[in-house]
Amino acid sequence: MTVVPMETGLLLAGILFLLGLVGVLVRRNVIFMLMSIEIMLNAAGLAFVIAGASWGQADGQVMFIFILTMAAAEVSVGLALILQFYRQFKTLDADVASQMRE
Amino acid sequence: MTILFYIAGVIAILSTIMVITRLNAVHALLYLIVSLLSVSVIFFLVGAPFIGILEIIVYAGAIMVLFIFIIMMLNLGKESEEQEKRWLERKMWFGPGILAAILLIEFIYIIFPGFQKNIPESTVYPREVGLSLFSTYLLGVELAAFLLLAGIIGAYHLGHRSRKPLHRFFEERNPK
Repeated sequence: MTVVPMETGLLLAGILFLLGLVGVLVRRNVIFMLMSIEIMLNAAGLAFVIAGASWGQADGQVMFIFILTMAAAEVSVGLALILQFYRQFKTLDADVASQMRE
Repeated sequence: MTILFYIAGVIAILSTIMVITRLNAVHALLYLIVSLLSVSVIFFLVGAPFIGILEIIVYAGAIMVLFIFIIMMLNLGKESEEQEKRWLERKMWFGPGILAAILLIEFIYIIFPGFQKNIPESTVYPREVGLSLFSTYLLGVELAAFLLLAGIIGAYHLGHRSRKPLHRFFEERNPK
């Protein structure tokens, strides 16, 4: 690995993951929570690719493709859930749905 | 070119901070796209061009369009019209535009024919990725296909507006 030291790349991935985690914990809007989950998945993929590149192997990139597939499936189901949530509660506040029945 | 990596990394962190602090969902989406683009530039820098392109096409292209669809579907009524007027204000697209312009300059600098030395020697090309994907990780590909099928069926099932009862016997009896 000549261009980027692996530790710096993994540190960047860790910071991005932490920011996504903070977003999930702090925001109460379900759309923002889903976006933060995307940030976290992307950071995990970044860690895979950087680690794989530092060894010069293709395995990290293969893992990123799997993460990409999972993120696409997760987003489609999550957005459908958000639609149902909005139809039921007429809001996007996650705290409204803290009880199973009113 | 380590400095290119640091510039892209700083842009990624800044735009991600902007994502989790915005109040308007569309503003946050713009910054999220910038964040994904900067991660894509980092992929080019560490010698994974295939993954960099895939990140732009699938993440910044397909998944973000899904988000935009949902936001447009939820914001119905005259509030959204006022919002749309405010969406194109200059201070709103200025930040993402500047960051994206820096990334574009960096990207051109990476792939320009005169600067081919910027591409690291240890680049893993799509051919090796494909060979590894369809030989060593073949089981993972099958499982990913199952996952996508489950995603399609789940999204279809959850996205249904209201199910019509098969027979009037099954209709719910609401007093109102």
